[in-house]
Amino acid sequence: MATEHVQPAETWNWLTGRFTLDWIPYQEPILIGTFLGIALGGLIFLALMTKFRLWVPFWKNWAISIDHKKIGIMYMVLGFIMMIRGFADAIMMRAQQAMAAGGAEGYLPPHHYDQVFTAHGVIMIFFVAMPFVTGIMNYVMPTQIGARDVAFPFLNNFSFWMTVAGALLVNISLFIGEFARVGWLAFPPLSGANYSTGPGMDYYLWSLQIAGVGTTLSGINLIATILKMRAPGMKLFDMPVFTWTALCTNVLIVAAFPVLTATLALLTLDRYMDFRFFTNDFGGNAMMYINLIWIWGHPEVYILIIPIFGVFSEIVATFSGKPLFGYKTMVWATSCIMVLSFVVWLHHFFTMGSGADVNTFFGITTMIIAVPTGVKIFNWLFTMYRGSVRLELPMYWTIGFLVTFTIGGMSGVMLAIPPVDFQLHNTLFLIAHFHNVIIGGVVFGVYAAVTYWWPKAFGFKLDDRWGKRAFWGWFVGFYVAFMPLYALGLMGVTRRMNSYADTGWQPYFIVAAIGAVIILFGILSTFMCFYVSIKNRKALACGGDPWNARTLEWANQSPPQKYNFPQEIQVTGRDMFWKMKQEGFKWSTDYAPIHMPKDTATGVLISAFAFVFGFAMVWYIWWLAIVSFLAMLAIGIGHTFNYNRDYYIQPDEIAATESKGAAA
Amino acid sequence: MFRPLKLLLAAGGALALSGCQYHVLAPSGWVADQERNLLIISTVLMLIVILPVLFMSVYFPLKYRADRKDKSDYDPEWAHSTKLEFIVWGVPILIIIALGYYTAVYTHRLDPYRDLTHLDAGEPVEVQAVSLDWKWLFIYPDLGVASVNELAIPAGRPVNFSLTSSTVMNTLSIPALGGMVYSMTGMETKLHLIADEEGTYPGRSAHYSGPGFAGMTFDTLAMDEAGFEAWVEEARGAEPLTADSYLELEQPSMNVEPAYYGEVEEGLFDRIVEMCVEEGQVCMSHMMMTDMMGGGGLEGIADGAAYSYDHARSIDGFGNLVPRETPDYSAHGAGHDEGSEASHSADHGATHEEADH
Repeated sequence: MATEHVQPAETWNWLTGRFTLDWIPYQEPILIGTFLGIALGGLIFLALMTKFRLWVPFWKNWAISIDHKKIGIMYMVLGFIMMIRGFADAIMMRAQQAMAAGGAEGYLPPHHYDQVFTAHGVIMIFFVAMPFVTGIMNYVMPTQIGARDVAFPFLNNFSFWMTVAGALLVNISLFIGEFARVGWLAFPPLSGANYSTGPGMDYYLWSLQIAGVGTTLSGINLIATILKMRAPGMKLFDMPVFTWTALCTNVLIVAAFPVLTATLALLTLDRYMDFRFFTNDFGGNAMMYINLIWIWGHPEVYILIIPIFGVFSEIVATFSGKPLFGYKTMVWATSCIMVLSFVVWLHHFFTMGSGADVNTFFGITTMIIAVPTGVKIFNWLFTMYRGSVRLELPMYWTIGFLVTFTIGGMSGVMLAIPPVDFQLHNTLFLIAHFHNVIIGGVVFGVYAAVTYWWPKAFGFKLDDRWGKRAFWGWFVGFYVAFMPLYALGLMGVTRRMNSYADTGWQPYFIVAAIGAVIILFGILSTFMCFYVSIKNRKALACGGDPWNARTLEWANQSPPQKYNFPQEIQVTGRDMFWKMKQEGFKWSTDYAPIHMPKDTATGVLISAFAFVFGFAMVWYIWWLAIVSFLAMLAIGIGHTFNYNRDYYIQPDEIAATESKGAAA
Repeated sequence: MFRPLKLLLAAGGALALSGCQYHVLAPSGWVADQERNLLIISTVLMLIVILPVLFMSVYFPLKYRADRKDKSDYDPEWAHSTKLEFIVWGVPILIIIALGYYTAVYTHRLDPYRDLTHLDAGEPVEVQAVSLDWKWLFIYPDLGVASVNELAIPAGRPVNFSLTSSTVMNTLSIPALGGMVYSMTGMETKLHLIADEEGTYPGRSAHYSGPGFAGMTFDTLAMDEAGFEAWVEEARGAEPLTADSYLELEQPSMNVEPAYYGEVEEGLFDRIVEMCVEEGQVCMSHMMMTDMMGGGGLEGIADGAAYSYDHARSIDGFGNLVPRETPDYSAHGAGHDEGSEASHSADHGATHEEADH
């Protein structure tokens, strides 16, 4: 026997499936502490909601809302909440590795540590980064193209709540059962039925499948919005660059996510029905899974970063007081990246024994992506060149991004060279590289977007002092946390070890842990920034266009009315709002009725049953799975009979809200 | 460009002397040496464009600040310059062409499957490495010995690795000697390395493989010829590695101390690759041959147990073997009484002996 601990016995009964009370981890003090913390916090939260009578407003104004702006904000809230969870995992890993050197075991045994690194990766990608970019696209893109909402408003609400259902399923695994111990991409055979027994791996599968439905539908929705809902006169090459990047990203989502869905479905069949796609025996082939998952996985990283390129394009142009340098190059560079992202996946496993020709091909295609990416960076630089650069908060994040992302891109090209990758594959150098581009790219980009569009969403700017503290915390913290990992990687130190013998590595891990604490300061400053800004919202209040921006989302009030624009805008070129300002544009008071979609609770209800369905499948509670699945179908079909889906806002109402908004 | 390169290599070496062992930057074998050189060439090439970018990223926003005194150079409409765009696309393309050239040359030169006879470094040593839950087994087929969690090699002679795994994926990684390659169940992969100098180099599995992963380490002892021969002689005195003792060793265990086997059953590695070490298991090559000839058909289902491999190796989250009975396949084959009898014996006859040749 390898250790004295044993997993609860495999049993099954019709009522609770394979769940028994042994699966409640009451012997794990860390989990009990977390549970008590969350339970206490949750109870206080529920009590406050009840005390201030917020349940009905929350349900009516947010949960069932099909307004893309509210859904966008809810995505961001989900992202920040899950970031706390994902970061807690990160700091636990850093503490463990700072302690567990030279025979010391630290405080996390492998069984727990392996769940922590798996959860960290899954949460940060699927439930932090994805909600963030989807939230930004949801909020900003429709207003940038002068639309009133997305093409399928109900679908948008449904997509969001499916993502929430997936996130809940991951979190519930903390206290009921366990999470997967397989790394964030769950390579078989380790993730197969025999080498990952217990419910952990099934939590992984069902939470990603449920959230994946939301992501795919949202991708379809946003493509349709961009292609069909643009303001009259707006040609594709009049669209703001952020909208272009949103288009490319959603094309990638629609092309790549079905691959993930199919791959995970095959693994599910392996685990639930004894299929043999990825097993060792009966002719299964685990390498096939690794090919498939990376065919989704590589485009996925571009799904995360491409909209961020759009965010920075908007910010650099606005704060430099100039149009974006090389708009067309930017669009073509983005499209190049979109296409190329599908022909590089093999670089994730150069070391799996493919021949020199194959490795060379995928190494070079990977490097080629550096060309359009480099072009983008030059374009941002030349946008600032001969500009009038205002160093406001969003620009801090932009400069931090330019520096950090460039370094991360360089280490990425190093890893793209097969013989170099032979040495650095699976080392902490790789970990440092992808955190370098994901923190330096996606996280900094999301922060830039939040500080840039916050005034639009809420009508007041964010507090500058705490905003800058958040920036310096993240910026300095990133370098302190990850530069030691580059060094460790060059010593050949492997990822995912819960302990190691060589005490010479320990100082580096301790420095990295200090870096994580500095990042924690940045995260706390973020929430402090939100709190202080909300408290001082009167003093920080701003008009519809606080940054002297160039694109249409700034043409309306802050926050925008639910119909976004009181009238349709006739678009005649790029940077339309800039043009309108120069022509002295004013909204006329001659309003026409506005056609609007109605809120619906269908999305929330189906997603709630999807959550129950996922939970039932994880625990083999077949009766509950059948009941909840039928409930989802019934509600979905029922919704098709709902003909009461739209209404008109009348001109006098528009006039009233517009004058009220203008006065505020 | 080669003079500054040498300086950089020296700088890399100095880093290594600073206390910690930067095996990737200051390696001890030809393969890793070449890989390090490529790492430095590519870094230098990229710095040609990275350094100006980093400089401009900080310099431009400061120089063109909105509150600067002289704003006469502010050009609010300037957004296009064919000349600049030409440079912006051209310079990265040129660098990628140079990098691509080096990539193609080095990827072929350093293909892990390519043997190192071109180094003229003497007779290669064959090592068959098997990743088990959670330790490494090294079989020396030509010498007839084997070791666990300790790899002995003669310094200065190439080592030809054949890799496989008993349950899940791992990679064999000895950073001081060169890059890694995956070991996978039911498959055989190759890796060729050489140690230029004597020494002890850390090795490990570099692909996460379950609860005992962190302890899946071993020392690589690169010795002179006499030392290596003495090591082999000492190993010869140990117990033999037979199919039975292999199956015992294969059971999950963690943080295993080095151990030796004095004699290795003929063809054991091939049977590990073919997943038929156990008596009565059908070897993979035989299964593939059967499939090529049309497969076992419905009546073949009854033989499922002879093909089943993963089931008996199930582990729980703590790394303990989960006792499981082999599923009863014979029920599925019912109704093919006589025919299935015949195929039974045919299949069982073709078990591990097949792989011995």
